[in-house]
Amino acid sequence: MPLVYYRIINEPIDIRFLEAKVSEVTNGAVLTFIGQVRVNSRGREVSYLEYDAYVPLAEKQIGRITKSAAERWQVDVAVEHRFGRIELGEASIVICVGAPHRDVVYEASRYLIDTIKEEVPIWKREVCPDGDFWIEGEEAIRASEA
Amino acid sequence: MYVNTLFFGHFKDYAPDGIKMEVAEGANICSLLSALALRDCRFQSLIRCRVAVNEEFAGADTVLCDGDEVAFLPPMSGG
Repeated sequence: MPLVYYRIINEPIDIRFLEAKVSEVTNGAVLTFIGQVRVNSRGREVSYLEYDAYVPLAEKQIGRITKSAAERWQVDVAVEHRFGRIELGEASIVICVGAPHRDVVYEASRYLIDTIKEEVPIWKREVCPDGDFWIEGEEAIRASEA
Repeated sequence: MYVNTLFFGHFKDYAPDGIKMEVAEGANICSLLSALALRDCRFQSLIRCRVAVNEEFAGADTVLCDGDEVAFLPPMSGG
């Protein structure tokens, strides 16, 4: 049975911890994808990001997605997605995939990030010098004052 | 009966703690959407959201029960 580990957390992600989860000596390939906060977005300067999550459903969804990837490609998967305030250059998501050989880890990793972006109820709020923007799919919507 | 609504994305700015809505017995998500749009016209565009009832995705014809939690989920942007 492949290993499946996932968490939604509001603290910095320990990348080495996740890599270790999928680094059984039977695995000859371990691939780590890091999604990190970028300084610009659609031409705007970004100060930092606030991620909001519908945590109970986000946990269920990320669980379903990681299990389906682990079964489909027979790979070990360890994923953490962070929420709350995340500074420039910090990781918002880390996906580690391990398997005996390399082809499947690339395929599974790509599937995981693409599917998590679309199917897990988490949203970015870009905090910029000229105001905040909610990102909803491809759309950026100026946030209202609280 | 009452249901507890939750909002995300830019809709959360309009009701950060959600809204307790009174709906008729037998109401479904469509009728809840109409009631929300009447209360605040900015909620008219909730129609493009996916919906979850009690932490599972649900269709627009899902019939609601007293005390249900109904979450409106705009296009997601994690990662």
